[in-house]
Order: sequence, then structure tokens, then C-alpha cells
Amino acid sequence: MQVSATVNGQQRSADVEPRMLLVHFLRDSLGLTGTNVGCDTSSCGACTVLVDGRSAKSCTMLAVQAEGAEITTIEGLASNGELHPMQQAFHDCHALQCGYCTPGMIMASVSLVDEYPNPTEAQIREGLEANLCRCTGYTNIVKAVQVASGGGS
Amino acid sequence: MIPAAFDYIRADSAEAALAALTDHGDDAKLLAGGHSLIPLLKLRLAAPGVIIDVGGLDDGLRGISVDGGQVRIGALTRHSELEHSDVLRESCPLLAHTASLVGDPAVRHRGTIGGSLAHADPASDLPAAVLALGGTLVARRKGGEREIAAADFFTGFLESALGPDEMLTEIRVPVSTGGWAHEKFNRRAQDWAIVGVAVAEGGRGVALVNMGSTPVRAAAVEQAIADGASPADAAASAADGTSPPTDNNGDGPYRQHLARVLTRRALEQATS
Amino acid sequence: MTDTMARPEGGIGARLPRKEDAELVTGEARFIDDIHAPGELWMGMVRSTMAHARITSIDTEAAASVPGVHSVLTGAQLADMGLWVAPLPCAWPVTDDMLNPPHWPVTPDVAHHVGDIVAVVLADSRYNAADAADMVVVDYEPLGVVASLEQAREDQIHAHEDLGTNKAYTWALDPDPEGTQAAFDAAAHTVSAHFVQQRLIPAPMEPRGVLAVPAPHGGELTLYSATQVPHVLRVMVAATTGLPEQTIRIIAPSVGGGFGAKLNINPDEMLAVGLANHLGLPVRWTESRSEAAASTHQGRGQLQHIELAADENGKLTAVRVKIDADMGAYMMLITPGTPLLGSFLYHGVYDTPHFGFTCDGWFTNLTPTDAYRGAGRPEASYAIERAMDLLALEVGIGPDEIRRRNYLAGGEAFENLESAAGLVFDSGHYGPSLDKAMEIVGYDDLRAEQARRRDAGETKQLGIGLCTYVEICGLAPSRALGGLKYGAGGWEHATVRILPTGKIEVVSGSTPHGQGHETTWSQIIATKMGVDPADVTVLHSDTALSPLGMDTYGSRSLAVGGVAIAMAADKVIDKARHLAAHQFEASPDDVQFENGSFSVAGTPAKSVHIQELGFAAFTAHDLPDGMEPNLSEQVTFDPTNFAFPFGTHVAVVEVDEETGQVDLIRYVAVDDCGTQVNPQIVEGQVHGGVVQGAAQALFEHAIYDENGQLTNPSLLDYLVPSAAEVPTIETDFTVTPSTSNPLGVKGVGEAGTIGSAAAVMNAVCDALSPRGIHDLEMPATPWRVRRAIEQAGGGS
Repeated sequence: MQVSATVNGQQRSADVEPRMLLVHFLRDSLGLTGTNVGCDTSSCGACTVLVDGRSAKSCTMLAVQAEGAEITTIEGLASNGELHPMQQAFHDCHALQCGYCTPGMIMASVSLVDEYPNPTEAQIREGLEANLCRCTGYTNIVKAVQVASGGGS
Repeated sequence: MIPAAFDYIRADSAEAALAALTDHGDDAKLLAGGHSLIPLLKLRLAAPGVIIDVGGLDDGLRGISVDGGQVRIGALTRHSELEHSDVLRESCPLLAHTASLVGDPAVRHRGTIGGSLAHADPASDLPAAVLALGGTLVARRKGGEREIAAADFFTGFLESALGPDEMLTEIRVPVSTGGWAHEKFNRRAQDWAIVGVAVAEGGRGVALVNMGSTPVRAAAVEQAIADGASPADAAASAADGTSPPTDNNGDGPYRQHLARVLTRRALEQATS
Repeated sequence: MTDTMARPEGGIGARLPRKEDAELVTGEARFIDDIHAPGELWMGMVRSTMAHARITSIDTEAAASVPGVHSVLTGAQLADMGLWVAPLPCAWPVTDDMLNPPHWPVTPDVAHHVGDIVAVVLADSRYNAADAADMVVVDYEPLGVVASLEQAREDQIHAHEDLGTNKAYTWALDPDPEGTQAAFDAAAHTVSAHFVQQRLIPAPMEPRGVLAVPAPHGGELTLYSATQVPHVLRVMVAATTGLPEQTIRIIAPSVGGGFGAKLNINPDEMLAVGLANHLGLPVRWTESRSEAAASTHQGRGQLQHIELAADENGKLTAVRVKIDADMGAYMMLITPGTPLLGSFLYHGVYDTPHFGFTCDGWFTNLTPTDAYRGAGRPEASYAIERAMDLLALEVGIGPDEIRRRNYLAGGEAFENLESAAGLVFDSGHYGPSLDKAMEIVGYDDLRAEQARRRDAGETKQLGIGLCTYVEICGLAPSRALGGLKYGAGGWEHATVRILPTGKIEVVSGSTPHGQGHETTWSQIIATKMGVDPADVTVLHSDTALSPLGMDTYGSRSLAVGGVAIAMAADKVIDKARHLAAHQFEASPDDVQFENGSFSVAGTPAKSVHIQELGFAAFTAHDLPDGMEPNLSEQVTFDPTNFAFPFGTHVAVVEVDEETGQVDLIRYVAVDDCGTQVNPQIVEGQVHGGVVQGAAQALFEHAIYDENGQLTNPSLLDYLVPSAAEVPTIETDFTVTPSTSNPLGVKGVGEAGTIGSAAAVMNAVCDALSPRGIHDLEMPATPWRVRRAIEQAGGGS
């Protein structure tokens, strides 16, 4: 069936099977492969995107559920050639290594700072509780979110 | 990790959803936020022939209001809305807090209270809180509506009193500003509770998470508190009559021990 | 060499932000599942649901009728198709008589573990492949299951019926058993401890995946694989499929972490190549996470028995170790050798006159094991560091003091010291490492706080755990590997060239998957050649661009590959010096090289930057007689020794004695990996490594039931910790350059993991020590901790 959504500011539509997961709609139908799949149990957060401005796991939504929604993926974060402050902070703080969890981690962090503008370390750690990273031990991710949110330690 | 194929109906009104439910009966599943159902679909632990999507409805099924001594919550209200609702924080802080314990932020942005309750998972946080609060669930079917006490709603593991043609539309809990606490014990923040306990009104309502095939009310604790027992004394009977599961995180005796410890801690918070 | 060590911005020692990041933070990076080929077919694996069973029939009819299905092939059919000339390879037959049952990509008759592939479907989409795989019906005749190492050791039921035993090999490093026994007989203090190294699932965040693309009219075949080892894979594809090696191109795209899980030669890779070649169509597969626990090897899986003998002062006189190692169902690439990578390290950083080590390898009907971050060394470090704490208790001194009394060279600086196990440790200086770690963590204050909580009988008790580790990395001198019967060398290849416009291209034989080689290799070039690191590009991970390499594992990239790059740069500089001398009409001996420029002493007018020489070498209009055009030099570096990083870690835990919950509340790591090229990257490696080791101590465990079924295959219940479960990792360093290579570098990829499981478990046991609890199995789950407390009489 037909699904239409605003993805990274553009109206996109495609004909999909009802069972198609949103993440496969983004990756396979729209070619937005920045959003990664890391598990099959809604546990890892690699596929996190913004749906109507809030973090959501695109592996735990059907594409048809996104009808009419506004979706932002990692590809839609930078504007006018400038990295989003969260992307910049991840780079500056060495908050990524292999980079596979990074798109989901950044989207979750953007949503987190939107909900808690000056998060404490505890709020950051709890806010990222379902975004797994196997490389960084999270130390520099927490630092990056603090830097991007203008907070101290 | 790929759901089996199904037919999809996007309901444009509650009536349309109920009509579709009546048509398809047991072969149909309602989809709200999807955070209970979609994981089961992906693992092919559920393979309904028809999915009826009510997630896009408003239709009076969304939102939080206080009406006399009752807090009325639309079944499609999302966990994050409960968590951040000033109305709920003032009228029933236990429920707002419990919502903040569910899953993780992304789950709370999509998951709904109605979906969580209808899924009737004994390891979920919200069912126990609603039970401790003595809530009421409103079920609607084509041409009718009924109220089900939370105590009667959870009938078995992942089983509720909802009929195959019924949809949960509203959750009502009494305004409850007395001492409260929700202790959730797990190994990782995002995980389901190994054991949890929700305490309302200084211990007049106490319900346990993951201590049996349904969320269970700790009646002996409630009675002890009503009789004036201290938190420590009351909590000693927290595990009475429970038959908790055994899994990688603990066996029955360990869970019963945890229930006593967590209940004491929750009662101490709720009465301090 | 001093004249080449200029200090440009961003050279060796700089905290240069990574070049790799831009494409990763914007989602532009291409991982395996992002790459497609027209007409590709998706493989769906039909995996055994039984741990040990004979396949009696496979019904493929329903699957074949699923829309979009191309074909459904059973193991027997595939065997007849002749896609493979040899089973999957094991490159490390550790003894001459080691048992190695054949491991075919799809088993033709008997499944030997849950997840062993029994049939494969090919379909036009991932959805249709999943549907069809679901509809293949397999009938099994169950066979006896060896579901644990303990059961394997009993040797009553056999994991491979035709072998008649589960024991795959016995390997010993035991030069003087009588002397060792005499030391135990004469000892004032002894410790005898049994430890369990539970099975772990490596779980890099990117699952594995493959895409094999045949050329339309035959000829070259390109295999894209999420692999750490494209070069090794190329050799093994040729050896397994019989395809001519020169027609095979392997590309490792962006790879989302490895930790050893991606250094194997896997059934799916050989299936994709065999089927793509057979059909003339691209064939692909992406692992699902729940499948990964069976389709990708696991780590650890050992029973350890360590004995210490010591004199009345607690000074070690002998260390004797016996381990039983779980191979799983098959020998994969380095399955048998993985536990032996730790064999030389079971005496740790300590001086002991006697040392003996024996390992038995056992088959089970479980997922095969192989290298996982640290591979053999975390196990060794755990055993000796836990045992040293037990010895401290036995002697009645503190854990810091027992270590000080036993450090090699008395804790003083040393170089090229022969260890009891017969290796030559390149350099070490253990005393200051302990001092620094204890100072940063505030050791005395913590002990005071611990005493206060104990006296007050508080619910949350404090535990402090120390670990001084040494590890062996920079794999490896090829001769040493040959002596261990390893099937390959340990060299690394590098090419450095100055392009006509002066930019620099580096070709690396090591293959990054998150380590930041593009950045660090650029920094090495920047320092060596006096150039801006932004002018350097690093090519890697594609056998057509980088035909020679031994890839990335065992913390070898910098200590072998990075050194090769530095050496190739030296060769380029030397050639450029001759070209500059020719332009200056001077003797090469009179030409100086500083900050990237050649000049003649006393003649400042004569100066040329090395990047300017690229064009002259390219046009070759005026080269010295006999000089070949272009500035492009290559080096294959084979180290003469390993490198031995070390460090001291301190873990601080809070144990809730009522619930059994353990919280890691602080972690201080003081590491020494020799010279650091990029301290920010070094810190990142330590942060991640520490959390992986701490996760072994507190969270992770692949739990099998008695039928050989994994009870926790997904990330829902295999507990990889999140940010909410761990503290900020506090890092500091000492710098003791290696004598094994000219850069003085060691390795840091695995160090964090090698130190942390022991530090955390020492802390947990320290917290519980007043209750008489001195050991606990990993992971220290709340349930397990609580049971231990109750058994010690602490029930309440």
C-alpha cells in the first residue's frame, strides 16, 4: 500500500508491503542507508530516527505507521553544509570509533537534549540507556552530549 | 527479524476499528504504538492475519484529564505524555513516575498506556501501578462499553479480560497524592523488571511486577499497613502467595526475597 | 633518524580529530548492508534447531513456492554441486595429532550445533528469503548432546560421533615439571583456585554480512564482506572454492566493529562465493542479531585451574596452570590456538623461577569459539590476578603489597627481560604504574570509606580491586608463529608514495574497523615527512588497492603495520634526498632533512620541500643516473619480537548486600602502550576495552541449557551494558617505549579488556571479603552475589 511521509523535509512516498518496517522503507525504498540495523529485538537503538521530532526506533515501526509523519534521519541533520552541533561534538570529542551505532546515538542525543536542554551526566546516561555502543565505553559519548548541550560535567 | 505478511486496516475512527474487530475477531490484532506487538511480529511469535491500526486516532482516546476524584487517561496516550504531564504529576504522581520507568525514551515516545495494559505482560511496569492504584479500565465494543476493575482485568500470562471484539479506550485511576513509590529492579536500565513493586497511598495499594503470571496485588502487605505495621514488618509478607518465574535473572526464592526487600524500601519511601 | 623526526601540526603525539568521522556522523559511510548489486539474490539460512542430530529429510517444496524464491538447496545437494574443494579452514593446528573434523559451509548429513546451516534459500528480497527459510521443513534424528565443557571432559557422549573422543588436543609449555613440583613441596604458602571463563558473544554493533558479485562474463569475482581480514579471506576463498586466487577481489567496506568476531572464514562467505560463481548472479546475506550467536563464533569458554607457590614473604616460587578450553563444534580459523595466546602470560607481571602450563582442547555441540577481544590474554590475566589476591589473603598482606613484592625487576624499569615462560619482554616498569593508579583513585581514602561502611554495617559495601596486567601483542614475528604451528606469517606491508602534485598516498595492509588507521597513519607520515596530515590519504581494505597485508587483530596494526609505514616513509625520504642532492649538485651526505625540507648545510638558498619533489620524480626528466621514476616505496616489516603493553587498573564497586546488585562506580586505568601516536584514540581504545572486560565480570554470559540451546541469543537478554550501567572511565598513562620496533610503540586495542575483568572481580570479592566470600563466578549477577551471601550465612 501507499505510504507518504515528510522525510528530511521532503515529501516522499512509496508503495510498500504493510509488513515493511520503517527502517527498511528508509534504507531500501528511499536509499537513506545512514540509519543502521543492529538487532532484531528493539534493544540496541542503532536505527533511532526522529518521528515528529522525538526519538523512535525505526525497526519497531511499520512504514505504514509513518503515514503523514515528519521523519528526520541522520542524513537530514546537517544543514547548509554545516554539521549539526551534536554531529560536530561527536567528532570533536572522539565519541565514535566504528561509527555503526553513531547515527542512532546522535539522533537519540538530539532528542534527549531537546527534552532536557541542560542534561546532567546521569540524565544523559539514562537517556541513552537503549543505545548500545561496543567501541567507546560511552565516556566520550557522554562528554559529546555535554558539549553539544552547552553543559559542563 | 521480518514479520510474516498480514492485511492492514488503518482505522479512521474508533467505530471503524471496532467494526473491523467484529469482522475479523481472533485473527485481528489492534496496533497502537506497536511497542508490544511489533517485536512479537518480528520474531514471528505473533502472526495475525489482520492488523487494525488505531495509532492515528484521536477521537477522545488521547489525553489526560481530572474529573472529580478520577484521573481519566485516553488509552492512546503515550508513556512520554504521562511522564511529562503536569496534570498527572499533580493528580497521580505514581503513574507519571511509573511511565518514566518503562523501556527507554524511544519506547516511551511511541508506546501507549492502553497498549501496555492490553498486552498484560506481568513484567511490565504500568499494569502493577494501575493495580496498586485500584484503577478501572474502560473497554468498548461495537455498540457498547463496559468498565473492568484492574483487579479483574489481568487474567493470565499475556491474557486480559478484553474480548476479541473489544478495544481498551480509557484508564481511570483515583486522584492519588498520598505517599507513593515504584521500585524497579533490573540489571540494565532498559530491561524489564526482574521484580518491581508499586506502592500507592502510603501502602494502602501495593502491587508487584513479574511475581507471577499476572501483575499481583500484595494484599497481605496492604492489610499489615492498614493494621499499622512498620514498613519492615509489612514487607515481610510481600511474597506471600506468589509464584514467580525462574529465568536467567533469578529463581522463585530469589525473586521472593527481592520482593520483600523492594517492598520494604518502597514503603519506607512512601511513608517518609 | 633524529633528523627525520620533525614536529608538524598533527604529527605523532597530537590529539588529531579523526579523518574517518565525517562520513560516519553524517550517515554517508557504506557498510555491507548498504551496498547492492543489480539482480542480487538474498540468501536465507535454514539453521539446525538441534545441537546434535542426523538430518533424515528436508522438505523444500513449500519454500520453493514462495513468491520470489529462486532456489532452495540442501547440504547434500550443495555437496554434489562441487562448490568447494576443501572444508572451511583451520589455520592453527596446534599439535601434530590435533583432531579437526570437516566443517562444510552447509552440513550434508549431521548438524553439530544449533545454528549449523542445513539448507539455504535464494530469493529476490530479504523479506522473501526470510519467508522461504521459515518454510523449509527438516526432520532430525537426535543424537547425544555435549552441552558444556564439563560434559565434554567426561567424554561419555561425543560431540562428533566418529571421533570417539571429545578431546581435540593437549598442548603443554612445561619445561621443568619436577622443579615446579619441588617448589610446591617446599612452599610456605600455596593457592589453588578454579576459575570459569564463561562463553561470551562478541556482538560488534554491526552484524556480519556478505555480497559476492561475479563479473558478468566470468573472470574476476568481488566479495564484499564485513571482515577484519580481507587479505586472509582472499587466500582462504581460493583454497576453499578452488577459484584462482588472482581472480578474487575482497573488499571490506566500512566495518562496524569486529573485536575478533570478524576475523574468521565463515560458511556464509563461502556460500556466497560458491553460489555467485555457480549462478553468475550476485548473492548476498546480512546476519540478523539473533542468528549471530550461532552464525558467528563466540569467545572465552574455559575452565582454569591455577596454583601458586610462594615463600613465607609471599614471594612466588612457582606458577602451575591447567586449562580446559571449549572449542565448540568445529575448529574455525584460529579456534585451537586462541587459548594458547595466553599461555605465556599466566605468570603475569611477576617473577617466578618455575612455570608450567597445560591446555586440553575439547569439542562440544555449541557454537565454535575463536578470538574475542584479548583472545587468551584476558583469561590469563584474570587467572593470575585473581590468584594473586588470594595469595595476598593467604600471606596476610594487602593486594598492592603482594604485587610489589613480586613484580618483574622488582618493579623497576627493564628492557629485554626473559620471562619464566621463555619470552623476552621488550620493556616494562610496573612499580610506577601501580603508584599512579593508587594515587589517582585515592586508594587510602577509599580504604577508609570501606572500613567506615563495614563498621556501620551499611547495606551498600565498597570493594576495591587492583589488577596489574601485561599482555602480548604486535602479532607477530613470523618465525615465532611458525614455531607455534600457526599457518601464516606475522608481517605487515606498507607502501608510501608522493603523488605528482605533492600529496601523499599510503597503502596499508592492515585493515581498520573503527581503530582510526587513516588518522594515525597520516600522523606517522606527518612526523616522518614533515607534511600536513591532511595531505595524506590512506588506502586500505581492498585487495585490488592493497594486495599485500595481514590485516587487523591482536593489537598488531600500529606495532607492525604502523611501523611498516614509518619504514616505507624513511625509504621515500632517502630516495628524495638523493633527488634533492642531484638538484642541488651536492653530495646526498651533505643534504639535511628538516620539517619536510631538504637543504644543504650553509647554503640556505638551496632548499626544496619533499612534496615538491613528487613532480620531478614523476616527469623523470632529470633524475640521477640509475634512479627509477616516482617516489614510491614499499616495506614488508616482520618484527623480531612481540610487544608487551602493561598497566594497572583499579575498579571500585558498590555491592548492595540485600539485593546482590553490583554497581561499578569508579574505574581508573593507567596503561602503558609505549609511544602514543594519537592519545585521544588511545584513550578511546582503553575506554571501550575496559567496558567490554567489565561486562564480562558483571553482565555477559552466553547461557546454554542441557540441550545445547542458547537461552539468551538476542540483545534483549544477552546483556551488553549501556551508558546507564557504567561510569566514566578515568585514564592516565605511563610511557615506556618498546624495544621491538623503531617507533617504540606497543598496542592498545585489547589492553583495557585484558585488565578489567580481573580488576572488577577483585573489587567484588574485596567487598564481600568480610563475609568470608573470596571467589565468585563471572558474571557477578545480583542473583549469584545474593546466593553467595546467603550461603555464607548472610541471609536476611
